Amino acid sequence: MTVEFGHYALVLALAVSLVGTIVPLWGVSTHDGALMRMARPAAFVLMLLVALSYAALTKAYLESDFSVLNVIENSHSAKPLMYKISGVWSNHEGSMMLWVLILALFSGLLAWFGRGMPQRLFAAVLAVQSSIASAFILFLLVASNPFTRVMPAPMEGRGLNPLLQDPGLAIHPPLLYVGYVGCSVAFSFAIGALLTGRIDAAWARFVRPWTLVAWCFLTLGIAMGSYWAYYELGWGGWWFWDPVENASLMPWLIATALIHSTVVMEKRDALKVWTILLSILTFSLSLIGTFLVRSGVLTSVHAFAVDPERGLFILGILVFFIGGSLTLFAWRANVLKQGGIFAPVSREGALVINNLLLAAAAAAVFIGTLYPLALEALTGAKISVGAPFFDATFIPLMLPLGFILPFGQALAWKRGDLLGVAQRLSFALALSIVAMIAVYAFTWGGPVLAPLGIGVGVWLILGSAADIGMRAKGRGVPASVALKRALGLPLSIWGSALAHIGVGVSVIGIACTAWGIEKIIEMKPGESVRLSHYEIRLEGGGIRNGPDYRETFARFVVREKDRVVGVLEPGKRIFTGRTMPTSEAALLTQGLGQLYASVGDMTDGKFSARLYWKPWVLLIWLGAVVMAAGGFLSVLDRRARIAAAVKARLPRIVPAE
Amino acid sequence: MRQLCVVLCFVFALATPSFAVQPDEILPDPKQEQRARALSAELRCLVCQNQSIDDSDAQLARDLRLIVRERIKAGDSDSQIITFLVDRYGEFVLLKPRFGWHTLILWAGPFAILLIGGFVIWRQAQRKALPAVEKPLSPEEQAALQRALGSDNITKM
Repeated sequence: MTVEFGHYALVLALAVSLVGTIVPLWGVSTHDGALMRMARPAAFVLMLLVALSYAALTKAYLESDFSVLNVIENSHSAKPLMYKISGVWSNHEGSMMLWVLILALFSGLLAWFGRGMPQRLFAAVLAVQSSIASAFILFLLVASNPFTRVMPAPMEGRGLNPLLQDPGLAIHPPLLYVGYVGCSVAFSFAIGALLTGRIDAAWARFVRPWTLVAWCFLTLGIAMGSYWAYYELGWGGWWFWDPVENASLMPWLIATALIHSTVVMEKRDALKVWTILLSILTFSLSLIGTFLVRSGVLTSVHAFAVDPERGLFILGILVFFIGGSLTLFAWRANVLKQGGIFAPVSREGALVINNLLLAAAAAAVFIGTLYPLALEALTGAKISVGAPFFDATFIPLMLPLGFILPFGQALAWKRGDLLGVAQRLSFALALSIVAMIAVYAFTWGGPVLAPLGIGVGVWLILGSAADIGMRAKGRGVPASVALKRALGLPLSIWGSALAHIGVGVSVIGIACTAWGIEKIIEMKPGESVRLSHYEIRLEGGGIRNGPDYRETFARFVVREKDRVVGVLEPGKRIFTGRTMPTSEAALLTQGLGQLYASVGDMTDGKFSARLYWKPWVLLIWLGAVVMAAGGFLSVLDRRARIAAAVKARLPRIVPAE
Repeated sequence: MRQLCVVLCFVFALATPSFAVQPDEILPDPKQEQRARALSAELRCLVCQNQSIDDSDAQLARDLRLIVRERIKAGDSDSQIITFLVDRYGEFVLLKPRFGWHTLILWAGPFAILLIGGFVIWRQAQRKALPAVEKPLSPEEQAALQRALGSDNITKM
């Protein structure tokens, strides 16, 4: 019964989203306030209905209601509670439900927090949000209904793909989806600005916190997915340039460009048209990401043609929203007035270069991901584009970005003094070069590019820290005053410094992978092997049973200078109801490095083992967490400023001085 | 994130997730083995989705790894081995496509965007820089300014 209730709520939600699209847009075009005011309650009702519908689906999972096809295919009564909850979004239909839920939540929050906005923009933004919701709810109802019943109901479900039974993958999709869907807010703002023909610094101030939140979640989601692939797939790599990964990286790159260009718009009223275009592109790439992952087009052009219904539907949504918004952009962009003149050497100028490099890097990922598909569809020729291509194009575009970043941050708005900035940053730059040369000399004969990466990473960290230092310190200012000043700096300054430090931390972590050690060997119990300064001894192994799997495992004891530092127990699991084994890598964290072990088959009492020492590898993900933390700090500051801006409009008694 | 491939492998049972490089494949000469690994990372496992033969567990990837190592032992150079494999399996086997007319957009695209974008920005900067050289005030404007400021000590700039 609750399942039908959820289904019905979703149908109602479609109706409400259509009302929430058409009525406010009608109001915007006729300047009718009453119609425009419909947008807000519609957003709230939509949020409520979608939440109810989602809750009904979750309830079916929790109760293991095997009369629902979606539950049969993705759940099992013996599954732990956490995976019953995460099972909802582990599959196509459920993940689209989650997508719509997050979209409805964002619309609701926007309706709640956006009251200070100009009425026409507010109504237009909510209407665009609502139109996205209606497209996706229609897609759910027509082509991917999660509420389909089965008669007669089987006794047991087929269980969740064992690879997905992992805490990392339980939280990865929600994080990523909050990021993807959060980008819709900037998109709706862009469309709203094009429709109403007005855009100014206040627009940037409204849109920035939303983009920042989306960006933070996208950062965390990508990092989580990368860490999951690292420890779950057992290959030891952390980024594979897989199309599915690229699908999330592209919106991240453009969203990064967007949060920087909105700063320019907010502070200097410049780059308006470009910011609008980036807002449209960010969400378009999020949609393309959803399409790439969900339509099967990646496997091959032919797989897409075999089962075209879903793919064509999403393609229709893509064409409508991306094509429509870009057409609107081409038609209306000239209405928006350009403002804010700046010299090439200025903070704005540096941010323009940042945007250019990020856009080119995103283009490299985009072309690399889609070119083989396009070539095959057009000429039938099959080529592959993999990691070596992206290493050769993406990295040369990103390294210069790392190099100019601290300069850009230290330059003044409007007209900067590059020589002065170079003088102030000379200490940080010198230290970075020293670090680079020292690392190169210390690892003589080793990798050549990695010390360069270390140098850029150190430069990013020191440069960002120096920015805070330069703001706090003045000529002849005592340290205590400088510290006080530093603490008094706006949170956004701290936020951006922290985020840039995070980039440096990640870059160092990535560079350090070059010094990783790998051993692939066959081992008998009692044998040991040296890996860097660790001695790893295979103690034994066997077969054991978990709650819903059987595991073949090996037990390694790790020693450092004859002292036992830990145990590694990698294994291979076979889950109930599945035939394929999954590998369970074992990790032992030592400082910020990790020992990584995975085992293959056990034959004649011998294990084939893959052992790695990965120095400083945790920095890669730690850096991403620091980046996101910086983003959140910045959001906190913005919210305070918006609240202040609203309060400032109220009459206030000013004390006489 | 490679879940798609892995899920597909589950669905189609293309591969048993055992291991990529097996201990028995490794060449005794570490220099040769290093070359083999580097080459393997640039070659695609033809039945997998976007996996190099170095990473893949599929039987075909193992066969290719063994071919690469055999050729290395036979004294072939890296480019000879790549040509050998491309002749047999087509360009599809390369994870880094060769530069040519059919891959011009792929290789040049990102850098073309960088150049075109850079050019547009440079033009914009030139155009915007012009108003920085401000026109001197016309006599009428000068008079208006003096009236507004109520002083006569403003001279022509």
